[in-house]
Amino acid sequence: MVRVLKLELRGITKRFGTLLANDHIDVVVESGQIHCLLGENGAGKSTLMNVLYGLYEPSDGEILIDGKPVSFRGPGDAMAAGIGMVHQHFMLVPVFTVAENVALGAEPTKAAGFLNLDETRRRIREISDQYGFDVDPDALVEDLPVGVQQRVEIIKALVRNAKVLILDEPTAVLTPQETDELLDIMRQLKAGGTSIVFISHKLREVKEVSDTITVIRRGKVVGSAEPTASTTDLASMMVGRAVSLTLEKAPAKPQEKTFEVRDLTVIAHNGQHVVDGLSFDIARGEILAVAGVQGNGQTELTEAILGLQDRVSGSITLDGKELLGRSVKEVLKAGVGFVPEDRKVDGLVGTFSVAENLVLDLYDKPPYAKGISMSPARILENAKARIDEFDVRTPSAAAAAGTLSGGNQQKVVMARELSRPLRLFIASQPTRGVDVGSIEFLHRRIVAERDQGTPVMIISTELDEVMELADRIAVLYKGKLVGIVPAGTGRDVLGLMMAGIHPDEQAQPQPAASRPAPTSDAEGGDHV
Amino acid sequence: MSTTVSSRPGNPQPDNAAADSGAAATSAKPVSWKTPVLLAAFGLIALVFFGLLGPNKTASFGISTGSDFFQLPALEVNAFGGGIVLSVLLLALAAYAVYLKTKGRPAPGWLTVTFIVLFVAAFLIWVVGGARTPSISLAGLIAGSVTLAVPLVFGSLSGVLCERVGVVNIAIEGQLLGGAFTAAIVATMTQNPFIGLAAAAVAGAVVSMVLALFSIKYLVNQIIVGVVLNVLVSGVTGFLFSTVMQEDKARFNSPPGLDIIEIPILSEVPIIGPILFRQSLVGYLMYVAVLVVWVGLFKTRWGLRVRAVGEHPQAADTLGINVNATRFWNVTLGGAVAGIGGSFFTLVAIDSFTKEISGGRGFIALAALIFGRWNPIGAFFAALLFGFADNLQSIVTIIGTPVPSQFMAMLPYLVTVLAVAGLVGRSRGPAASGIPYVKG
Repeated sequence: MVRVLKLELRGITKRFGTLLANDHIDVVVESGQIHCLLGENGAGKSTLMNVLYGLYEPSDGEILIDGKPVSFRGPGDAMAAGIGMVHQHFMLVPVFTVAENVALGAEPTKAAGFLNLDETRRRIREISDQYGFDVDPDALVEDLPVGVQQRVEIIKALVRNAKVLILDEPTAVLTPQETDELLDIMRQLKAGGTSIVFISHKLREVKEVSDTITVIRRGKVVGSAEPTASTTDLASMMVGRAVSLTLEKAPAKPQEKTFEVRDLTVIAHNGQHVVDGLSFDIARGEILAVAGVQGNGQTELTEAILGLQDRVSGSITLDGKELLGRSVKEVLKAGVGFVPEDRKVDGLVGTFSVAENLVLDLYDKPPYAKGISMSPARILENAKARIDEFDVRTPSAAAAAGTLSGGNQQKVVMARELSRPLRLFIASQPTRGVDVGSIEFLHRRIVAERDQGTPVMIISTELDEVMELADRIAVLYKGKLVGIVPAGTGRDVLGLMMAGIHPDEQAQPQPAASRPAPTSDAEGGDHV
Repeated sequence: MSTTVSSRPGNPQPDNAAADSGAAATSAKPVSWKTPVLLAAFGLIALVFFGLLGPNKTASFGISTGSDFFQLPALEVNAFGGGIVLSVLLLALAAYAVYLKTKGRPAPGWLTVTFIVLFVAAFLIWVVGGARTPSISLAGLIAGSVTLAVPLVFGSLSGVLCERVGVVNIAIEGQLLGGAFTAAIVATMTQNPFIGLAAAAVAGAVVSMVLALFSIKYLVNQIIVGVVLNVLVSGVTGFLFSTVMQEDKARFNSPPGLDIIEIPILSEVPIIGPILFRQSLVGYLMYVAVLVVWVGLFKTRWGLRVRAVGEHPQAADTLGINVNATRFWNVTLGGAVAGIGGSFFTLVAIDSFTKEISGGRGFIALAALIFGRWNPIGAFFAALLFGFADNLQSIVTIIGTPVPSQFMAMLPYLVTVLAVAGLVGRSRGPAASGIPYVKG
């Protein structure tokens, strides 16, 4: 019989300098349960778990296992106590094999410290068979798909006899189908006696799999909930005020098609066709959402439109003018607004002030510049107006953009891009790592831009976001367009399209699935 | 990870395209035209210079040395014919690489290695054939190469130990020099070369500890600390040399040397004997060190942890491995290894210390490390190649070549540049090398 533990966190407090990341948090994880920590990005969930896992030392408070206080000086102690963790960013060495990764830190050895990986391979196969993981112990981790890498992480914890498994935002990198598989694995683990701490901000998954839910906001526990609670209630607990989860948007009134992409192909440095013969168009007053699992050509597509890719063929026209082959500056001048997928790398200069970041694309034009001199007064004036308009929470316009929260950084980027008259608006991952409150705001702004008659293209790996914003949905798989389907297409159909299966093919193998999938939207108002 | 200092000379960063391909796991590794094109270019050079313009004389290569227990006849080759045959072979290899490239596959390692060996052979035949006395001792050439390579091998092993754990060691030069100086002065004062050898290891380790302390604990840019250490060691040893050693050479700078130990019978086997079984203690230690480091890195628990720390320190940390302690002790060990290499200068090669006795070999060792793809055995052969170029240069100057000796003197450095510029294709170092690890 496996030993099961009861885990208790009492009054855990963690300070980073002046920042209070965890403020007297109490959580009890009963044995054999799936306990969800629900909270927005930056609420302090991951910090709490890093304390529990021995990576951070708590400033105050204690951890109890089966009623006895313990103190962890490092992850080694936590593992010895039966705690395992799957980090949001996998802790796997890409150039090692699965077996080497699993063995690392607790290597079975022969005499004189020589590795004995056969033992590890055997354990991996055992666990892999038990849970149907299908993991090859000798595969190189860098060659494995993300979903399989995650299983390797789970195996790592199980090999160390973890009784409590912490999963930190495990679904962020998965397709909807992979997510369902993971939820099944979690249920199996629970049935086998492993307790799970499941960290997430996605309400649908949380409701589906949890036994208990603890909601954390701004470093504090604000309450617990039953999985039967309604999504709206959970969302408002998480955000701290009533939020409307469904975006109210009028039906699109598409006008003439002004943005056309024909046979667009982008070849990467390695000779791979990362974007492969894409053709689509967007009408004024319409949002085309591009869905797909990360890494299927979305980045290259947007970069090609902006003029950031070298080896591009085909044609991209806006208002009848060819954009391909023009410099980025000319493309921007043609009226393209662009929100890049990684705001910290491409969207902002972190050490520049908010005011400066708000004119990054206009700093050399009047009224912000005259000849070779810039006019700080006008830049500041502009900043104040934008900060008000977009409700950017910043100490001042002079604060460094890098010090703002993710949501506020994104508002700065969005404010800058939307402050010019646009002929085309492209937003890549517009709400990645943004709190629920800001998501709502940003979504409304995007719809407002559409309603002004701008063609809008949204690239998102979050299916919920795609389904919420889109008037039409294009799905990319391995650089190719799987298809363009109308808004309201079902989650399962889209999920399979994201795995490269066209809706027409989907119907054939399962004739039983004759439910009106393309129009059903079973999840209703569940889009968080 | 908060700080990322990733500037590294001559080391292409890992391929990001592969790293961020989530679902598109099928993404092929890039195959560049560089290797096939370089091979073809060198094949043509060989054909024109070593073949078509080759001297129609006979080049003779002695295989046995006087002390071998049986003598083999010297190898005699017509320089013109040999050049043509070898360069045609070279072009065939290049053509095969081009063919592979069109199939989207990279040139395999053996191909490049064979190419280099054949090219060197063609070059040798050409040089010797055109010399005033067209005859050299091949055995002497190779044995001399090994001798010259000894400090390089130790230096690059030091680099392997440091970079595999995530610290760039530019201070190899300083460690060699420190080892050479300390070995000389300690061996002289104790009149015992073995104590000198041990002291050299300690000196190298001390230099390394400074590097480790500043780069790991105080997060100073590793390249800068390394460069500063080189200058510091050079200054200190230079100063002590002129103020202490030169004042009383007998008391401070006439170390007893480490003798060549000949292993009976085995040392008399032609070619292999002088290389493997007619070495000083330091030479034997070199072979042992290469094997021990290789086995240690790839077959033991210690090695797995070291490599994990150099590739993904956070992952190692979450598994209870102390990243910074692992780094500190490995860098220290690396310094000790380089220190032993430094002792070779003063205890084996020359019988006293002089200023800058290491003469930049620490940097060549660094190149050997990259050329050898961060692998102890690869680094060993790369160091051997550099030692060979070095030795060839001095030998062909003696026998009188058609090429001006100044050009021949450039040979080791030319080989270095070509090697590091990626003749062996893309080399990928440990992912976290040069990046300090900060928790949280």
